[in-house]
Amino acid sequence: MTLFLRPLGATPRARRRALWGLALVLPNTLGLLIFFGIPVLMTFGLSLFEWNGIRPPVWNGLQNFERMFFEDPLFWRALGNTLRLALFVVPANMALALGVAVLLNQRLRGRNLFRTVYFLPVITSTVAASVVWTWIFQPSYGLIGIVPGLGEMQWLTRPDLVLIPIAVVTIWQRIGFDMILFLAGLQNVPRILHEAALIDGANNRQRFLRITLPMLSPTTFLVLILNVIAVFQVFDQIYIMTSRTTPGGVGGSATTLTFMLYQAGFVRSEFGYASAISLALFLIVLAITVVQIRLQRRWVYYESEAG
Amino acid sequence: MAIAQQSIAERTAEPPGFDAAHVALRVVTYAILIIGAVVMVLPFTWMISTACKPNAELAISPIRFFPESPQCVTNVQALYEQSPDFNRYLVNTAIVTIGRTLGQLVICSLAAYGFARFQFPGRSVLFALSLGLLIVPFQAILIPNFVVISSLGLRNSFAGLILPGIFSAFALFLLRQAFLQIPIELEESAEIDGANPLQILWSITLPLSVPALAAFAVITVQAAWNDFLFPLVVANSPPTRVVTIGIALLQGQRDTPYNLIMMGSFIATVPMLILFVLLQRYFIEGVSQTGLRR
Repeated sequence: MTLFLRPLGATPRARRRALWGLALVLPNTLGLLIFFGIPVLMTFGLSLFEWNGIRPPVWNGLQNFERMFFEDPLFWRALGNTLRLALFVVPANMALALGVAVLLNQRLRGRNLFRTVYFLPVITSTVAASVVWTWIFQPSYGLIGIVPGLGEMQWLTRPDLVLIPIAVVTIWQRIGFDMILFLAGLQNVPRILHEAALIDGANNRQRFLRITLPMLSPTTFLVLILNVIAVFQVFDQIYIMTSRTTPGGVGGSATTLTFMLYQAGFVRSEFGYASAISLALFLIVLAITVVQIRLQRRWVYYESEAG
Repeated sequence: MAIAQQSIAERTAEPPGFDAAHVALRVVTYAILIIGAVVMVLPFTWMISTACKPNAELAISPIRFFPESPQCVTNVQALYEQSPDFNRYLVNTAIVTIGRTLGQLVICSLAAYGFARFQFPGRSVLFALSLGLLIVPFQAILIPNFVVISSLGLRNSFAGLILPGIFSAFALFLLRQAFLQIPIELEESAEIDGANPLQILWSITLPLSVPALAAFAVITVQAAWNDFLFPLVVANSPPTRVVTIGIALLQGQRDTPYNLIMMGSFIATVPMLILFVLLQRYFIEGVSQTGLRR
């Protein structure tokens, strides 16, 4: 027995504590293994089979990938839609969130009230938010009609427009979240830098461009990565906003990669093909994250490095 | 918190002065913030106003901001006629939310404590592997997750809805960070007094980590309450159906008038609104400390 326990530690106390440690981490580790670790490996495996979930899986090598890349135009459309959605959402959302955060990072009457109001959409479910915005974007009877010229457009059925309402809900729900992150970042900008710049006669704009933005760049980087990942995960908005007309938009015009894998897996029961799409989604998100981490050295300023 | 905000306000305070440029800047600042706030709130007011409209006032042009003959109670009754199990869905959502949050607090506190304070073989490898899972988007493992849950016989069960949500690499990371802030001497002296690790965790570590636990808990509650895709896939039969799916079903039936859908959405949103009003600082802390949610 002692021989068996030897690797756990040199003293009885160390061994006892090692056993405690193992026991404490065991449940979470097992759960992560079953519901995350094994599924990751299964995605790779399943993508090589044809399987409808009822009959036994049939090996079909790389055919799912061949179909995805060369035969199924929806894959490229979905990837294009995802990127277009990112192009709508990420810059607009980051600029608005930063703007609000900068304005709120002053001594203002009602500062906390504003912060609460901007944060409210974050705690609302995306389902409820999407339902409301579907009604807002309704032609003729929607609230959007109070803006002249926008009321008669078929926002949710026209392939060239449908991504706009989806982007608007996504931005509306995310501004408050990113605002909080930017506010936290702004509060870490050392006051002494602003004071020194004031003494040197720098105006507001100069201080914002030369001090605030560079010192904020680690936060901006975090927000950028989170935003891009979030766009690749958008699902609820599309499901809700296109469910009354054509799920996924007319001609797949609102279909993103996540929506496409849902439809392949759970509407058509093509689990193998859906796994191939999942793998593509995973690798694309991973690649974008890695590229961003690489590029960050060019524009993100970390105070500790400067010494 | 109050003190922190005070010093932040001082830090960023403009130099005193009431010159015209300063006043103009203030006016513009408030104007922008108020316009933004209106855009943020308008969908909520539109939701409530629509929820109380009679059918005849829904599809009219020009639109009415306020219903001429409001009928909130009638519409609540109509909602329950259209969707008789709506209360059941709300209860199901509450069960899933409470189950996931409590389960995650227990399981992840244990694991975080184990990784924070104990030496054992394979510790760093297990921790690194756990954190490595953070880069996998949940959507990308939806298919195999469904297969795992089906093969465990957990489809259309509360266990299937709750279990996968209580194991979390993210919670493990956050809680471990919080536990590492606590002076180890407190725990060591309790150990000398003969307390076992579970007693120490319960009576020393957890009480000292309440702010971190609370911030983390509200984020988990919010995410669980509003979850849609996962329940849609693993538990879409009436006995375990959650309220977000109930709303989606209303929305998907083309003959459901929008006032009832809005009423359903409003009812489903109210619990989170109350929680947010009561625990606002934990929501905000949770977001700013973590920057992530899942």
